[in-house]
Amino acid sequence: MATPSGQLDTIASPAEPQALVRRPTDARDRAMRRHEPTIIGAAAVVLFFVVWQGVGIIRETAPEGLALGPFKFIAPSQLFLPTPLDIARAFQAYVQDGRIWKDVAVSGQELLVGYVSAALLGIVLGLLIGWYARLRYALDPFITFLYATPRIVLLPLFIIWFGIGVESKIAVVFLGAIFAILINTAAGVRNLDVNLIKVARSFGASDLQLFRTIALPGSVPFILTGLRLGIGHALTGVVVGELVAAQFGVGQMMAVAGATFQSSKVFAGLFLIAGTGMLMTFSLQKLEQRFEAWRPRPN
Amino acid sequence: MPTKLEARRVGIHYRRQRSGESLIAVDGVDLRIASGEFVAIVGPSGCGKTTFLNAVDGLLPIASGSLLLDGREITAPGPDRAMVFQQPSLLPWRTVTGNILYGLEMQRRAGTESRSTAKRLVELVGLRGFDDSWPSELSGGMQQRVNLARALATDPELLLLDEPFAALDAQTRETMQQELLRVWNETRKTALFITHDIAEAVYLADRVIVFTARPGRVKLEVAIGLPRPRDLRMKREAGFVEYERTIWETIREEVLRSEASPPAAVA
Ligand SMILES: Nc1ncnc2c1ncn2[C@@H]1O[C@H](COP(=O)(O)OP(=O)(O)O)[C@@H](O)[C@H]1O
Ligand SMILES: [Mg+2]
Repeated sequence: MATPSGQLDTIASPAEPQALVRRPTDARDRAMRRHEPTIIGAAAVVLFFVVWQGVGIIRETAPEGLALGPFKFIAPSQLFLPTPLDIARAFQAYVQDGRIWKDVAVSGQELLVGYVSAALLGIVLGLLIGWYARLRYALDPFITFLYATPRIVLLPLFIIWFGIGVESKIAVVFLGAIFAILINTAAGVRNLDVNLIKVARSFGASDLQLFRTIALPGSVPFILTGLRLGIGHALTGVVVGELVAAQFGVGQMMAVAGATFQSSKVFAGLFLIAGTGMLMTFSLQKLEQRFEAWRPRPN
Repeated sequence: MPTKLEARRVGIHYRRQRSGESLIAVDGVDLRIASGEFVAIVGPSGCGKTTFLNAVDGLLPIASGSLLLDGREITAPGPDRAMVFQQPSLLPWRTVTGNILYGLEMQRRAGTESRSTAKRLVELVGLRGFDDSWPSELSGGMQQRVNLARALATDPELLLLDEPFAALDAQTRETMQQELLRVWNETRKTALFITHDIAEAVYLADRVIVFTARPGRVKLEVAIGLPRPRDLRMKREAGFVEYERTIWETIREEVLRSEASPPAAVA
């Protein structure tokens, strides 16, 4: 008979009851409080860019340095630190010469195909490994080996196997992302609340029912964590893969720009990648909120 | 009244994971529960009460003796029994209604009338208006009400309760005892209630069974002659206090005896 694998040694603690006492506040106060994180966050970002741009202004108005009491502030060169406006101009040029579309299409394909297949296979395999102890025993050595190896070092091999096109990068993205997803999913299945399993058994649930009603929903938070960690690994795979060997792609563009001392263009690529990562993380958070309406919300 | 549950010299063992030796948790329990009867089992902590109840529910196999429900050997969980667990053990991702219907779903008995079944049970356990709340929004006492409603939803013939109020504060516990009696009066299900709280056992049950220290077996049976419906004020009356004292002394004797000679494990 298949049961959730082995000894269930960790028992999830039951959710704390939500604090029910809430001070009544008027509507404006509430709206203010709700938007407070956004307002403060946006203000900090704006301030950051203003100060950054200020460095450029100092560079132009006082090239030999700015005396600040006993200290002297010499603005770094444009090559060393381009200003936000320089970066915006580089980005604009990148868009206008049309290269961006090809690069984004290539990098996007590598990221999407690699990440989505890692997610699908990682979740399915993670659920199976968490559920069937024997399968875990069999696959554990391989998972440990691959997880302990920085997957990026497999790139030379992938280039031999798949060439310098998108395929080798898809392979790196896939291998980069799958382990975080797989290991977290399996942990989710293994850390199920034993009390809930007892409830299911007591009501005569079959293995399949137990899996569907307890194991699956119980591991959703773990799966989402794995997916979120996987985003970072996937993006690393795309960029580093393209840095090493590629014909197109945002990472390849950055490699070329770096080698030719176009630091504004490097920054433009960096923001493009950071933006993609943030967008993916944000989408996942939205998904998380949909899945976890039942979680107690402190507030 | 016909016999609902009969235990004949029931023994239950655990096999220790590490050493592989077995531990006798319950040894030779004899008892008989009539249909419609409310029986409470009390005994020192660790004497095998939960173990015995799990065996009755079909979650644990027995090592010796026989355990009969309506004359048939118990081998697995079944729709004729339902357990109210010590921990509320609600599925946190299901609403109150979803949790109450869980057992029916597992037994593939959920249907179009399920919503009204849930509604009726929500009212029966005094949770009107909380049908769509999440467990995390309920207090401990309210969660135990859902736990009870979930067991009642499958309309079992034997209701098993494992210290369902042990984790609640004293006030809530008394309220829940009163509520349980009210619900039981309406349904009159055969009930087997485990507790370590003697007053709780005397207040609720028709008969109180005292277990020995581990390995658990029946040490004493006390028929509680208090009239029903019962009221919490009864707990202060002389007759009630006398039952309590008798049971308390038996348990104290057991605890002292077991401390003098710890029970040996057998290989
Ligand atoms: N899963 C288990 N494996 C091994 N020993 C157990 C297990 N569950 C309970 N026991 C032991 O069996 C005895 C009876 O336990 P239990 O039935 O939980 O007691 P009670 O409910 O009366 O407090 C205890 O000594 C306990 O340590
Ligand atoms: Mg117990």
